[in-house]
Amino acid sequence: MKLQSIAKTQTGISGLDQVTGGGLPKGRPTLICGGPGCGKTLFSVEFIVKGAILYNEPGVFMTFEEKTEELVSNVASLGFDLEKLQSSKKIRLDYVYIERGEIEETGEYDLDGLFIRLEHAIDSIGAKRVVLDTIENLFAGLQNQGILRAELRRLFTWLKAKGVTAIITAEKGEGSLTRHGLEEYVSDCVIVLDHRMIDQVSTRRLRIVKYRGSAHGTNEYPFLIDDEGISVLPVTSLRLAREVSSQRISSGIKGLDEMLGNKGFFRGGSILVSGPSGTGKTSIASSFVQAACRRKERCIFFAFEESPPQIVRNMRSINLDLARYIRNGLLQFHSSHPTEHGLEQHLVTMYKMVRKFKPKVVVIDPITNLITVGIVRDVKSMLMRLIDMLQAEGITVMFTALAINNTTNDQADEAISSLVDTWIQVRDVEANGERNRGLFIMKSRGMNHSKKVREFVISDQGIGLVDIYVGPHGILIGSAREAQKLLHNEKGSGRTGKPAQRNPRLKQNGSTSKRKNKKAIK
Amino acid sequence: MGKKDPTWELRLYVAGKTPKSVTALSNLKKYCETHLKGSYTLEVIDLLVHPQLAEGDQIFAIPTLVRKVPVPIRKIIGDLSNEEKVLVGLDIRPVTKKV
Repeated sequence: MKLQSIAKTQTGISGLDQVTGGGLPKGRPTLICGGPGCGKTLFSVEFIVKGAILYNEPGVFMTFEEKTEELVSNVASLGFDLEKLQSSKKIRLDYVYIERGEIEETGEYDLDGLFIRLEHAIDSIGAKRVVLDTIENLFAGLQNQGILRAELRRLFTWLKAKGVTAIITAEKGEGSLTRHGLEEYVSDCVIVLDHRMIDQVSTRRLRIVKYRGSAHGTNEYPFLIDDEGISVLPVTSLRLAREVSSQRISSGIKGLDEMLGNKGFFRGGSILVSGPSGTGKTSIASSFVQAACRRKERCIFFAFEESPPQIVRNMRSINLDLARYIRNGLLQFHSSHPTEHGLEQHLVTMYKMVRKFKPKVVVIDPITNLITVGIVRDVKSMLMRLIDMLQAEGITVMFTALAINNTTNDQADEAISSLVDTWIQVRDVEANGERNRGLFIMKSRGMNHSKKVREFVISDQGIGLVDIYVGPHGILIGSAREAQKLLHNEKGSGRTGKPAQRNPRLKQNGSTSKRKNKKAIK
Repeated sequence: MGKKDPTWELRLYVAGKTPKSVTALSNLKKYCETHLKGSYTLEVIDLLVHPQLAEGDQIFAIPTLVRKVPVPIRKIIGDLSNEEKVLVGLDIRPVTKKV
């Protein structure tokens, strides 16, 4: 027995080694249990394959369930070439066939045959890792449970003595971890996998129930099975101690930059743009993306509402050419239906894309659609983790959120408003029989931002912000403001104004007179 | 004897000379001599000597008796102490008992 803190074997499964603080206990058996289809076999296959490829630790995979050919073809979809590994003596597959109907039991016996097979397999390739999947099939195949239990106990002791790091898989039982109580034999490390449906959306989770002699993450961690195998998403990295940047980046809208202390957002910050439908949230996000691409920064646009071509087409109408940046590889779109996966899977997908593409700017449009697949608390926790992950990488993130009404305490906003650094609100201002958009900054941490409501104008030239006219006639917006301005100009210079169209208004945007508006409107 | 020519091909897998293996072997010999005299072959395989043979016949328990011929393959695990079960398991008609 060792006295020092226990040695660990890295699994090579993305994220799991972080959660376990370095891997599974070295030289000891680990129990992995869960219901059917929860990914036990895949988990153990990946343990063996990664061990052979990454850590040069050969492994034996003893299956009691699937024939080796079946197993080989099943995991081929994940890019695991078991046959090649087997012929190069990196792994060894052994299928133990047990069929109760073909076996008669009479008198005393033991499982020495299994031991000898396993030992032979281990010794033939010098295996350091062993998987027994699913040893519980022995319970179905053999009648004498007394012998079987005694032999299993002996098997686990033997595995430890052999010094191999082993994974034993087991089916989840009623009211117990495993159907046949295997947890009573394997006491070093127990991991439970879970595949549950919440509102018809599936979520896979992993939990470390027990890890003797080691600290470990105790939460339920979401995990994902995709064409690259398993990825566990650790949330323990949630710390509020990250490096911050005081660099500022442009929002892509001149007027908005002006409102943000004339400089724009902080790099690595998080920005929330909320407002009712049709207020131009996606346009703001697209401007931000375009600005980033112009700076030659990579961007990912996660769209949960529209398809990429749709966004590109729509944005072209306001003079934003996103297609160019998609072509030159600076911009990547990822479009999916919120209900396509569970929240966690969305998070893991984003996480993986961000890891791969290494963007500087990420846009999520809109986050409120995610609420359809999760309750607000879950969405909040997911976003917290997402923001945390992005900020750890120094990525600036912009969320858009749909607010159904004009009240600021809308649920979705509230859920994440405390998480974001800058919160921009776009709202409808209805007056004089027309509907206009007002934009203001609810908060922006760490900068002296404008407190004014400004009129937000979208035209085929792009997005612009115009000061709202506040004068003796009250607050004027839209055409009323235009009219007032024309009147003002006539008085001032004597020349006649241009017709009240939106384009010229925009061009004058930068030169709007300062004295028009001195007060902030609340 | 009952049928004319079935040649019984039996294999007994053991792991060293454990009491269970010894019991199984002596039991098996007794039954064979009684019921299959002259029409059987018995091979004893010690897996401690030939571990690679365990996979081929899907052996996991010791001792295991495998009836290779006639097909289908039948397996009986244990020390073969219950004669009736062994005979049923191997599908041997206990001819001598009828007499």
